[in-house]
Amino acid sequence: MTEQMTGAQSLIRSLEHVGVDVVFGIPGGAILPAYDPLYDSVKVRHILMRHEQGAGHAAEGYAYATGRPGVCMATSGPGATNLVTPLADAYMDSVPLVAITGQVASPAIGTDAFQEADICGITMPITKHNFLVRDPDKIASTIAEAFHIASTGRPGPVLVDIAKDALQAQTRFSWPQRLDLPGYRPVTKPHGKQVREAARMIAEAKRPVLYVGGGVFKAGASQELRVLAELTGIPVVTTLMALGTFPSSHPQNLGMPGMHGTVAAVGALQRADLIVALGARFDDRVTGKLDSFAPHAKIVHADIDPAEISKNRHADVPIVGDCREVIADLVVAVRADQAAGRQGDYAAWWDQLNRMRETYPLGYDEPGDGSLAPQYVIQRIGQIVGPEATYVAGVGQHQMWAAQFIDHQRPGSFVNSGGAGTMGFAVPAALGAKVGDPDRAIWAIDGDGCFQMTNQELATCAVEGIPIKVAVINNGNLGMVRQWQTLFYDGRYSNTNLQTAPPPETKKVRIPDFARLAEAYGCVGLRCERAEDVDATIEKAMAVDDVPVVIDFTVNHDSMVWPMVAAGVSNDNIQYARDMAPDWDDDEE
Amino acid sequence: MSLHTLSVLVEDTPGVLARAASLFSRRGFNINSLTVGPTEYEGLSRMTIVVNCDRHPLEQVTKQLNKLVNVIKIVEMDPEASVRRELLLVKVKADQSNRSHVLETAQLFRANVVDVNPDVVVIEATGQPEKLEALIRNLEPFGIKELVKSGVVALGRGPRSITDRSLRAVERSA
Repeated sequence: MTEQMTGAQSLIRSLEHVGVDVVFGIPGGAILPAYDPLYDSVKVRHILMRHEQGAGHAAEGYAYATGRPGVCMATSGPGATNLVTPLADAYMDSVPLVAITGQVASPAIGTDAFQEADICGITMPITKHNFLVRDPDKIASTIAEAFHIASTGRPGPVLVDIAKDALQAQTRFSWPQRLDLPGYRPVTKPHGKQVREAARMIAEAKRPVLYVGGGVFKAGASQELRVLAELTGIPVVTTLMALGTFPSSHPQNLGMPGMHGTVAAVGALQRADLIVALGARFDDRVTGKLDSFAPHAKIVHADIDPAEISKNRHADVPIVGDCREVIADLVVAVRADQAAGRQGDYAAWWDQLNRMRETYPLGYDEPGDGSLAPQYVIQRIGQIVGPEATYVAGVGQHQMWAAQFIDHQRPGSFVNSGGAGTMGFAVPAALGAKVGDPDRAIWAIDGDGCFQMTNQELATCAVEGIPIKVAVINNGNLGMVRQWQTLFYDGRYSNTNLQTAPPPETKKVRIPDFARLAEAYGCVGLRCERAEDVDATIEKAMAVDDVPVVIDFTVNHDSMVWPMVAAGVSNDNIQYARDMAPDWDDDEE
Repeated sequence: MSLHTLSVLVEDTPGVLARAASLFSRRGFNINSLTVGPTEYEGLSRMTIVVNCDRHPLEQVTKQLNKLVNVIKIVEMDPEASVRRELLLVKVKADQSNRSHVLETAQLFRANVVDVNPDVVVIEATGQPEKLEALIRNLEPFGIKELVKSGVVALGRGPRSITDRSLRAVERSA
């Protein structure tokens, strides 16, 4: 079943074959041949972005919303290098992504031709794999391999760079019957002996914790996790990448661990005698100073990527496998132990944790000057819009408050840039999430700094009919940097004031005025500066369903994210609020 | 820290050397030597990489290397159970006054003279890295003008081959 066509037609046919329905991209010289057959495709919708970085993040948002690889497309040289940030982002957070870039024609490769960049060389360290295709006959098989690699095992970004002459040449399209990837064999089935050993340790532990990471979401293992948690009665902490994977309202959920985690989650890990890490990678933002992290704990570490196991913290019981299979097998092993009368007793542990949780709940202080508390705004958005919406955050204070003050009840309900910490992620990722899941309310919770990095994609949203909501938590500053300057640089605010919300007494104008900016982009622009207007403003935004809405929530600029473990410091030194360390109540040790 | 020899079976595709080599530097490892060449199977190359590091980081870098899609198999060569060889070409000052001493030294190490000039000779030697080091030490007093080494290649002793099991997968997908 072969058919004569151009390489470009073969590319589009291949995308249709793997079931791609949306491509986010921008055309240009080298990729131009592909845009011609794309124009005719009835199966693939192309969304014209305003910047290639936006295309990459939109593809990520799409992947979060659908579980399928997101696809972005760009031309050679600067088009391709603009994809570098989203590729790095997707690599750090294991997001399935396929990037297709045009390359200069084969004879020109290596000659510093116009718009030439060695994008395969550039993206080697930030992609799961990449391909340079010069032979038109290889386009179909390469696309098949790229989607397979991106979406299986530990998901990640794959880049396919195609020379312009390969797109233009004639080829015979034939879809590969088998993939030629002898070196790619992800292990998904866990080792039974290791699983039974983990179950034995669970039964013997006195102070166990389930440390749940983004891998559990990626594996679609929320249901299995819930069964395991309720069967064992073990407390659960969910990392930034796993929020919603276990409902935050569940009585066994202690919250998020790490630098801005809850006192109970951080304290539980520090005091644990057993940590069962599921699809988590002991990131420095979780462990704090590594050699003082969870000093009494034995570690069971399950991950689909063998290289994550024992990378940062030695695993006493390593389990390589897909989290869904691992947890399902663990449930069977624990049930067998319990049937044989071997069951852990964690009553004393729960007493200790409950005291911690009750003494140090998440909270915030109202600003003394009557200005709006950013935490209040985010909390109200979560309460009014509800748990069925998807919240997409940028990076910084607003991201941490969104992690803390929104109830994350549903897997995938919180999308953000975790590992890379990419400012500017929210608007394009929300766009992509809305395209992937059009019936769901998508709210970007963004900061004024982040928003200004990628807000040109509001034009894409308006033109393409993608009605997202953007709540800009506008404190007029690079808030998280300012917080560090307050705490560690003696309040010397070097280059953190963005002038998007100057205090009225300065008589300075907002540059830019976000509400007017939104209007210029064909969106509805709203502003809210008082607590009593918050609910009405959110409801007003919810009532608009045909165009995007941007709300400028002008908030207090001195608000800080608490609790906090300072960078490079032991988790034991968590501060509940400024200069306020929890009293650990360690009577049992 | 100790020296470890890794044999890495890879697909013979463009960029595979760069992928492997850059991974080492990116993860903070120093490569003592790296060689790459064809194998008994078309389409497969074999790298021999010697690194100087502790056991735990070696495991980590091996796992990272294994994640490369073009890497098919990695085996650490146990010095006891493998043959390791390196080729040395060295240009040594050798005029009328010391030529016989130079040639005598070469002979002691079963090295061959492959080029002769009035002022210098080029000596070729193969052997374990330790032997070549010893030869170089003994030639140094005469004056070494230039020196090049191939890097270590290694092969396991006994009937088994590292391509045995992994190749079934390759053939299946071919």
